Amino acid sequence: MSTTISVTEKLVGKSVRRREDPRLITGTATYVDDLKLPGMHHACILRSPHAAAKIRSIDISAAQSHPGVVAVFTGPDVAGVGPVPCGASLPGLRVPHHAILATGRVYYVGHAVAVVVATDRYVAADALDLIEVDYEPTAAVADPEKALEPGAPAVHPEWPDNVSFTYHQEGGEPEKAFAEAEVVVKQRITSQRLVPMPMETRGCVAEYHAAEKSLTLWSSTQIPHLLRTLVGQMLGLIENRVRVITPEVGGGFGCKLNVYAEEALTSFVAMKIGKPVKWIESRRENFLCTIHGRGHVDYYEIAAKRDGTVLGLRLKLIQDLGAYQQLLTPAIPTLSVLMMPGLYKFRNISADIVGVFTNCVPTDAYRGAGRPEATHGVERMMDLLAVELKMDPAEIRLKNFIGNDEFPYATATGLSYDSGDYAAPLKKALDLVNYRELREDQRKAREQGRLMGIGISTYGELCAFGPSPATPAGGWESATVKIDPSGKVTVLTGASPHGQGEETTFAQIAADELGVPIDDVIVLHGDTAIVQYGIGTFGSRGTAVGGAALYFALKDLRAKIKKFGEMMLESDDVTFSGGVCTCNKTGNTVSLAQIAGMSYRAMRLPVNEEPGMQATRFWEPPNFAFPFGAHIAVTEIDRETGHVAVSRYVAVDDCGNIINPLLVAGQVHGGVAQGLGQSLWEQAVYDDTGQLITGELMDYAVPKATMMPWIETAHTTTPSPVNPLGVKGVGEAGTIGCSPAVVNSVVDALSPPGVRHIDMPMTPEKVWKVLEGARA
Amino acid sequence: MIPQNFEYSSPRSLEAALDQLAGGPDGSADGSTKILAGGMSLIPLMKLRLAAPERLVDLRRVPGLNYIREESGVLHIGAMTTHYEVESSALVRAKCPLLAEAAANIGDVQVRNVGTIGGSVAHADPAADYPASLLALEASVTLVSKAGERTMSVEDFLVDTMTTALEPGEIVREVTVPLEKSGAGTAYAKMVQPASGFAIVGVAARIGEGFARIGVTGLASKAYRARNVEALLEGGADAATAAAVIAEGVDANSDLHASADYRRHVATVYAARAIRQAISRKY
Repeated sequence: MSTTISVTEKLVGKSVRRREDPRLITGTATYVDDLKLPGMHHACILRSPHAAAKIRSIDISAAQSHPGVVAVFTGPDVAGVGPVPCGASLPGLRVPHHAILATGRVYYVGHAVAVVVATDRYVAADALDLIEVDYEPTAAVADPEKALEPGAPAVHPEWPDNVSFTYHQEGGEPEKAFAEAEVVVKQRITSQRLVPMPMETRGCVAEYHAAEKSLTLWSSTQIPHLLRTLVGQMLGLIENRVRVITPEVGGGFGCKLNVYAEEALTSFVAMKIGKPVKWIESRRENFLCTIHGRGHVDYYEIAAKRDGTVLGLRLKLIQDLGAYQQLLTPAIPTLSVLMMPGLYKFRNISADIVGVFTNCVPTDAYRGAGRPEATHGVERMMDLLAVELKMDPAEIRLKNFIGNDEFPYATATGLSYDSGDYAAPLKKALDLVNYRELREDQRKAREQGRLMGIGISTYGELCAFGPSPATPAGGWESATVKIDPSGKVTVLTGASPHGQGEETTFAQIAADELGVPIDDVIVLHGDTAIVQYGIGTFGSRGTAVGGAALYFALKDLRAKIKKFGEMMLESDDVTFSGGVCTCNKTGNTVSLAQIAGMSYRAMRLPVNEEPGMQATRFWEPPNFAFPFGAHIAVTEIDRETGHVAVSRYVAVDDCGNIINPLLVAGQVHGGVAQGLGQSLWEQAVYDDTGQLITGELMDYAVPKATMMPWIETAHTTTPSPVNPLGVKGVGEAGTIGCSPAVVNSVVDALSPPGVRHIDMPMTPEKVWKVLEGARA
Repeated sequence: MIPQNFEYSSPRSLEAALDQLAGGPDGSADGSTKILAGGMSLIPLMKLRLAAPERLVDLRRVPGLNYIREESGVLHIGAMTTHYEVESSALVRAKCPLLAEAAANIGDVQVRNVGTIGGSVAHADPAADYPASLLALEASVTLVSKAGERTMSVEDFLVDTMTTALEPGEIVREVTVPLEKSGAGTAYAKMVQPASGFAIVGVAARIGEGFARIGVTGLASKAYRARNVEALLEGGADAATAAAVIAEGVDANSDLHASADYRRHVATVYAARAIRQAISRKY
């Protein structure tokens, strides 16, 4: 037996380069559209050009006889397929029947009307032009506030008020707080519809094996197991005969946390024609038919004492739902309500949500999902209160933060904040920008007639979804660790990473816990035939929940390894460390490979141990985790044009313990990019007839590299007590912290002429008009 | 990209390209054939099936259309010269910096690597960057067809939104720019539409001793010369005074990114900036 002790450097906490990247940057990764199966056919979908219309008739004869076309299906053909599921439930929720192809009526531009299957994708697309649909257009409504007006067109004729649900939540004594308040500030704040815009659009390939009655569905999704369960139900298939595979996924941002009509439709078509079928979403379809995010009109009121102590917060939230409920559509605004107190001691809260149908594509989860809207609201209101009371925006925040000694903190919305030191990131951010000097610079700039702004935002985030009672599909996550006879390690995670980098971070965790080189570890995910049931990646949960499940599986294995080590070293005083078991008396060692080999050969076994070296854990988190932080944006406005330049951006995030600083920085950068997109450029705009007029990348302005400011990142570290890794989650933090910082900064810049609020996106024309209005 | 069906050819000579362009049933061009000269505008239109030409004649392999050279005080730029080649040309930067500045403002790196000057002027997008500068530079285009060649000013060539003086069967062969003898200063000032990279408004100024030339893009249905601004400048007006009239009498474009009133306003701002910078660059 070897007597050398291998010492492995700890990897958790180090900026290990992404192990996913070589295949991505050399173009050898396999996305859904790269799949080519023998005999594969192609589907293209005819979509409604009208936001609201009756379908009088559909003539598919010319398309059917087009050379290369194998089949054409319309609504009545797919009547036996179950509806697109809504997984969220609220009291009195109206859920329209969401068939996978429109039947009788269309409800939004892009609504799927017919599907053509052909030998070739070009032929299928050509044949769409040969389908004649006789539409009778009816009045449409795209604006949620207009949809609530009496006499507005009814999106679903059976519900003429266009209300899908109302929801009230209250904590403390809001009526009393507002009655006793010394100051009340009110503001209408919107959070515009956004297109999530993953680089890879949606797409799927379906292959049906009739003899086995089994379906394999490759889909670009964030939730392979939930998709398997739900698409199986829609199609009437037996769950264990459905296999879902997610190949490489080119981004999701929440829009692939869903079950879409096309996933069932492509499967249905493959079952009908007995050939594999591929459907790939075009960018145009992605704009029209993949869920949008945000879509809030919020009416806020904040109550306070004159010394700046906050007393209460009231919200009337109008949520633009679109025409249907997708998987989590109605749940998203309830997350806004849960997070509306932010990091502050609001003991009195009242919120009313109205979920409104419009003739638009449904809204659902987009990076942050309800929390960016909430943070934007409370952080704008804190600034408005500071202006009203002539207080410094940093001071009013520091005055009202929940104290370090108050954790776990029970919020007025029913949450229990896990841990925090809320002043720390704000103080760090203020130090980084030299806040006093910066205000002095601003004073001088104003003397020169320049419009310079300093915007502060703090945020709290509801992450690591989550305890199962609070999550529609279950909030646990699973992990399996297998050690081969050679000692090599395979991790199977039920989370389905799609860009977050868990192939790297989970390998870091496994390498550390087992004391093996990281190259001895591989991480597999996203194939329901390989990986045990899992929930998926969304809501900043991958590491905080999936990583914790991994930790416990590794802990089980460490115990088993140690028992084998004790047996093989014939000692009860054995330490497992650095990938070897060492007898503390003799110094003799056995390696992990020797132990793993022994466990499979099983000539001898420790008492009460089974052969093999594998462990699976399903871990249920006891609570959410609550990351927090402070962002500061410095802006300068071009007085002549209204153009906003972000001259400085500082993000101080506390996401608990950090597994990989490089990946955390990447998440913050990406999140801030999307936050800046919402703040300055992006907007999904429907006109009054329900046409999406920003339906192309020529008109929908996603941030480009050249539009980004330098982002300075820093951290404070407050471990979460919720999970053994002490991590809180960071996937959405940048997006949540960003928009209020930028808007607060621009409003601060425009405050000398008397501007007190501006809505997003702050396009040059909008800023210029606000400025002109203030001058007038 | 799933466009409608089309035929594609990549001729190896200008003669062959002209033959194929005039490939209608009666031997004449019928508009169903389009020239592909980079494709940075045509291909996106075909992708959306908003354009569906029956035939594409790709000029990329036609020899003799990609060059930048100076001959007797005139800069000659072949139609298939990419924006990047213009932007990075030492000759253009030294002798005609306005054109290099305009080229550097087009789209993004990928577009500049593929898009061409001939393709841009022939497409005549009213928000394209090149036309403003070409107008200020008093540039000309040389058009070639089976019947021969003709040369006309860019100003005459640009007729209306995406409409030029190109006759059926004609191809833009080159762009020519008379080079300065005096020490005129030039500048291009552009407000960028953040999604497309096109100009919300772009103003090119060329100002020398006793003359001023101002080209405007993005504001109206086509790029045009602001002669009222030029006259004020030539009469001794300052930048702001001259720039203030740039949108007078112009039927301004209006879209999601900029209303007509806002476009008029920013045209005056960008005109003043271009004029001031051009004056500062006089030598």
